[in-house]
Amino acid sequence: MELLVKNGFVYDPLNGVNGEKMDIAVRDGKIVESVNERRARKINASGMAVMPGGVDIHTHIAGSEVNTGRLLRPEDHFRDFESKTSVTRAGVGRSIPSTFTTGYRYARMGYTTIMNPSMPPLEAKHTHEELNDTPMLDKASYPLLGNWWFVLEYLAQGKIKECARHIAWIMSSTKGYAIKIVNPGGLEAWGFGHNVKGLDDQVPYFCTTPREIIRGLCKANKLLNLPHTIHVHANNLGKPGNYTTTLETLKCVEDLATEDKPVIHLTHCQFSAFKGDDWRTLESGAEEIANYMNGHSHATMDMGQVIFTDTTTMTADGPFQYALYGLTGNKWVNHDVETETSGGIVPFRYHRKSYVHAVQWSIGLELALLIKDPWRIFMTTDHPNGGPFTSYPKIIAWLISKKAREASLKRINARARSRSLLPSMDRELSLYEIATVTRAGQARALGLKNKGHLGVGADADIAVYNVNPETTDISRKYRTVRRAFRRAAYTVKGGELVVKDGAILKHVDGHTMWLDVKVSEPARITGDMKRRFKDYWTVEYENYPVNEDHLKGLDPITVKARV
Amino acid sequence: MISLRPLKPFRFPVLAECINPDVFQGKTLNEIETLQVWEGNKQKKLGELFKIDEVKTENQPDNPAITLYGDVSKVRRIGLGMKSGEITLNGDAGMHLGEEMKGGNITVHGNTGGWTGSMMKAGTIEIFGSAGDYLGAPYRGSTEGMHGGRIVVHGNVGTEAGANMKKGIIKIYGSAGQFVGFRMHDGTIYVQGDCEGRAGACMVNGKIVVGGHLESVLPSFTIDGIRPKVKIEENEVAEGPLYVFLGDLVENGNGKLYVSKQKNPHLNSYEKFL
Repeated sequence: MELLVKNGFVYDPLNGVNGEKMDIAVRDGKIVESVNERRARKINASGMAVMPGGVDIHTHIAGSEVNTGRLLRPEDHFRDFESKTSVTRAGVGRSIPSTFTTGYRYARMGYTTIMNPSMPPLEAKHTHEELNDTPMLDKASYPLLGNWWFVLEYLAQGKIKECARHIAWIMSSTKGYAIKIVNPGGLEAWGFGHNVKGLDDQVPYFCTTPREIIRGLCKANKLLNLPHTIHVHANNLGKPGNYTTTLETLKCVEDLATEDKPVIHLTHCQFSAFKGDDWRTLESGAEEIANYMNGHSHATMDMGQVIFTDTTTMTADGPFQYALYGLTGNKWVNHDVETETSGGIVPFRYHRKSYVHAVQWSIGLELALLIKDPWRIFMTTDHPNGGPFTSYPKIIAWLISKKAREASLKRINARARSRSLLPSMDRELSLYEIATVTRAGQARALGLKNKGHLGVGADADIAVYNVNPETTDISRKYRTVRRAFRRAAYTVKGGELVVKDGAILKHVDGHTMWLDVKVSEPARITGDMKRRFKDYWTVEYENYPVNEDHLKGLDPITVKARV
Repeated sequence: MISLRPLKPFRFPVLAECINPDVFQGKTLNEIETLQVWEGNKQKKLGELFKIDEVKTENQPDNPAITLYGDVSKVRRIGLGMKSGEITLNGDAGMHLGEEMKGGNITVHGNTGGWTGSMMKAGTIEIFGSAGDYLGAPYRGSTEGMHGGRIVVHGNVGTEAGANMKKGIIKIYGSAGQFVGFRMHDGTIYVQGDCEGRAGACMVNGKIVVGGHLESVLPSFTIDGIRPKVKIEENEVAEGPLYVFLGDLVENGNGKLYVSKQKNPHLNSYEKFL
């Protein structure tokens, strides 16, 4: 099957292509130098922007937590449903769409690769079953390891190498992709009704601290040569004044960086950039964090932008969700405490007239605009915590256009507006930078070699948007851009045309990527470990690992470790 | 006035939100007949399911009026979101009657299904028969209950009447099922007959008056006093004496539950706490 995307303005930041008119040739699901022009199926992209398929580094779309969110919110479903068509399946849900609808909606926006960031290892099978049913996308999951008993014990004893081997075993037995750390130490404490308040707090019952967990896992990550860095959801998330904890978290792995390569990814940074003593005196800490980021190169971040809408917050950070429940008085679920992590789900509405919510909205955009290097700050909403992923076009509009920001600023809480840094910022991202923050940068941070670019040999995941950079002044005509990014003119997934003008043409199953880490000496599965599985887990050790036949569309990535 | 009669008994549920005075207004009979409805999984025209006539009366009402004759208990969402006008049903009505209505009147000479007046904002629904479950309650999971308006039921109602109610009044002259006023925030519910129990569970504010027998009051309610009578609305008073309970303390609530003293001698043990 050959395909030729003709005459588009190509934005391919990883290969340094900035809006040049070129053709992209595709054969057998890969991008190639050229194809037979007469035989190939042609896609006329003249007057349109051609980008690699979108990559989302952090979006909760599958797993037990997401599914419980779906159960919790029937009211989220009944106003937003999609009927079945001859190609697609029916589905429901606005902030937590059902699996198939999630895939279709991403594909309609030109996204082709997503990362599901929180997978309790015990729920890995469930997560992969849902990912199997999420079509149109290549996907991967990050197992939650920051509060995993064995990891905590190894780190408390300073056994980094053993810890690394153990993580290699986890990666293959949960079919995971990266080390996810959520509120290190805090979730284990939450099992006993406590939390940790800083990087040097003791984790109850384990002689370790959040700082040791982060540093230890960062070192293990390096020993294992994992493609992505550690993916950290910082301590004290969602608390006023937490930007200091965030800066400390970033600083604590500063010395582990070599050759300017990032060693830490701080996720949904907006929720970790609050200044002030309480909610009333809340201010943006974006400037401090951005200053730090501009001076250091060892970290990457994603925004976690807030959208003014009704959404469902869900994180593995149980204590934070409990606090949120206390704030809203809304219904909630305390989840996954029996697994290797914790979790909570609270329906939430961000109001533009609320001071706190408006400040949060402002923080996300300030971070994205103040951090100068677009390769180190990525666009996310931490779907569905800041808002559903379907709002990405709105964020793109805010990023490319001061006019769009001003239009939204006019409508937010007056006190928040007067304190926001946004009116003083003139920076407007170009389409090249948008391609960086939405795909190329994320792919590079994830270490995905064949994603996020359009060079020869890359996977043929292409998005074509109906916006003409020659005739459109994107910063003034931001509505055109927003419309274009909402409905991709064409999406090509794995060499097949799957979306045209925002309509799904073909249902394709994506691959599930996972790391097959080759260690010189595999982790020792001791009798003690098996006994603990018998005593404390709801699943026996033998039934614990996810087998390869559990996954649809297997795409193992082999990594050679240094241990 | 437009009259609708089912051509034959319905085999499948029909979703007919177009039976709405606002939609009919300014349309000719032919246009009304071509309005789209769903019958089961098939899209049909309104004229294929109903015989539609225009009835000329001497003094035409200002607002358009619709009258339905016969059993339409399989027809759902009649009068969805209506803002003005009148609907009269001579027969049973289906689920979601008058859902999210913002004005106008609906009169039912028969029974209605579940979710009657669900999430309504204003207007009046009067039912001379009985109503199903979730009277005036929001959709499952939602906390946006009735925001205003008036529902009067002359028969009985099912469970969870007035759940998540924020404002407005519900009057039930028959008996009510369990969980009357569940998670109620404000407004008034009057049950003249008996109440099955768990009245006012998780209520935060508002007023529930039970004129008949109530098996037991939830343990999270505390007795406040005895009143000779309580006002329901303008020109309507429930005569007592009535016990007054405050709750639901589980939610730190300050709702008032009035229960007839005469019909509930088993509750007199509460009097010692006064």
